[in-house]
Amino acid sequence: MPAAAIDAQALSKWFGEGPTRTYAVREVSFEARFDEILYIVGPSGSGKTTLLSMISGILRPSTGRVMVKGIDLWSLSADRLADFRLNTVGFVFQDYHLFPRLTTVENVAIPLILKKRDWNGSLAEAMRYLEIVGLKDRAQLVPVKLSIGEQQRVAIARAIVSGPDILIFDEPTASLDGDTGRRIMEFVKRDVLNEHRCIVVVTHDNRIFEYADRILRMEDGRITRVDGMKSDEE
Amino acid sequence: MIGILRIAYRLLVNDKGKFAALLVGVTFAVFLMIFVTSMFAGILNKSSATIINIGATVWVMDRSVNTPQNTIPVPDYLLDAVRSIAGVKYAVPLYSGMGLVKLRNGSYQTASVLGLDDTSLFGRPELVEGRIEDIYAENGFIVVKDEEFPKLGNPQLGTEFEINDNRGRIVGIAKVTSSGLFGVPTLYTTFRRAILYIPSMRYTISYILVEPKDSTAIPSIKREVALLGYEALTKEEFMRRTSDFYKYQTGIGTNILLMTVISFIVGLSISGQTFYTFILENLERFGALKAIGAKGSDLIYMILFQTGFTALLGYGLGIGLSAILIALAKLRLPDYASLMTFGNLGLALVMVLLIASISSYIAVRKVLRIEPFDIFRG
Repeated sequence: MPAAAIDAQALSKWFGEGPTRTYAVREVSFEARFDEILYIVGPSGSGKTTLLSMISGILRPSTGRVMVKGIDLWSLSADRLADFRLNTVGFVFQDYHLFPRLTTVENVAIPLILKKRDWNGSLAEAMRYLEIVGLKDRAQLVPVKLSIGEQQRVAIARAIVSGPDILIFDEPTASLDGDTGRRIMEFVKRDVLNEHRCIVVVTHDNRIFEYADRILRMEDGRITRVDGMKSDEE
Repeated sequence: MIGILRIAYRLLVNDKGKFAALLVGVTFAVFLMIFVTSMFAGILNKSSATIINIGATVWVMDRSVNTPQNTIPVPDYLLDAVRSIAGVKYAVPLYSGMGLVKLRNGSYQTASVLGLDDTSLFGRPELVEGRIEDIYAENGFIVVKDEEFPKLGNPQLGTEFEINDNRGRIVGIAKVTSSGLFGVPTLYTTFRRAILYIPSMRYTISYILVEPKDSTAIPSIKREVALLGYEALTKEEFMRRTSDFYKYQTGIGTNILLMTVISFIVGLSISGQTFYTFILENLERFGALKAIGAKGSDLIYMILFQTGFTALLGYGLGIGLSAILIALAKLRLPDYASLMTFGNLGLALVMVLLIASISSYIAVRKVLRIEPFDIFRG
């Protein structure tokens, strides 16, 4: 049986110590698989962003273990962890965090440049991915010249350009109208997801729930329910 | 690595407003530092003009002499005593003093008068007009054609004038390596004529110029002269003493130091603060880079490149600006004392690298502290 894309075991995260200790995530276990879109949903403060950070190698859990493709993520050194994120995880941030002074194609090429690929080769590859997201003609524009939906697609192109196995979307439709949000998720499901890739989406936008394969519902740092739309689990 | 630096370069130069502010800050600081220190170097250079122009290897003088202009005459017997020291190839007297020249139009002009040893004319300047032997002619003077030359009414060969109520006649026009600090013309004549024309004390020799048989004899010559109660300094030592006098005993050095420190603070404030703002504005993006997989070292290289590039570009522009302004000033004021030396440039480079290092340090601390988790939290 192939290893799960992500296997989180008894993850907890708290901030502060003693009487000020506050739990963000408590004893959470779940699995994410390849070729699935897993949503983590819940109200603000339910711990979904903290959970997302722990499974993507950004925030060290207080207790518990995260196995990604069979590797114990938090046993890696800081530099190996950075390499892991670069090679294995693609991020689409809520505010996209595109560099306003770089062109669209340069923004998309950043992960390749961080991987020490040569400049021209990186731009050529980035251009290919801009074509995939339908923005080839916007390659030389700076992000502020693009619409919000186009910026979102640029962020997606940047997330997938280095061929990561796991894609992390943080509130991908928060700034989009319903139609644009749905178009983006359709694109993700149709063109980004494949049998070698797992997509984890944090959202509380119920307009796009239909694109999830499974939904983890969180409240007060715990998973309260798992809705399997494709899975046999639960 | 190159790709990361290219990203850093584009982030920097594409933010035109901040980049311009950074450059202006560094350029202005470099300009001030170089301009002020060059002025000081120019003053020091001109203050040693007599030492440079006469060119003697060793100068014997009274112990209290600080600069070539502040002469304290030494007794005639000292000349014979110095000549008798082992290791001395030859020793000649030099007179240095000031004379009052009355021009043909009736106006007066102070002039520096140098009286050369009658026999050897050691320390004579290079003539551009006239013959050196004419200095022995009646009332013969050689005038130096430098920035101060017009103050004597642009004299020609044969021009007559009065100097301390004695008749003088220009028999040669010379050029020298360095012109003096005090803005007065220079006249050369023989030692005998100088002490005849210029009122002097009982002692008449200003300096004894010594040529040692070889450089190894200099220490023993200095010892022997010290035993006689006087001091022998090499050309370099005398220039250093002159320079130290202006640096430490006139307040000029302190003022220049203060100006340099102020320039440094101005440069650091402008560029440090601008760079800090630049980093703050891009902090979330640096955090995003960290989240994507950039290592701490990648971000440090980016920041070092940005500050280093700005610093070196600003350094070059600052030098250019200083050079242009000094050249323009010299066009207008030929005797403008300013000299851009490798020392000045080196000092400014150290200062500008210090500005870059402090700016980098602040920025690196800020960037390394940002947690990628903050990016998710917004």
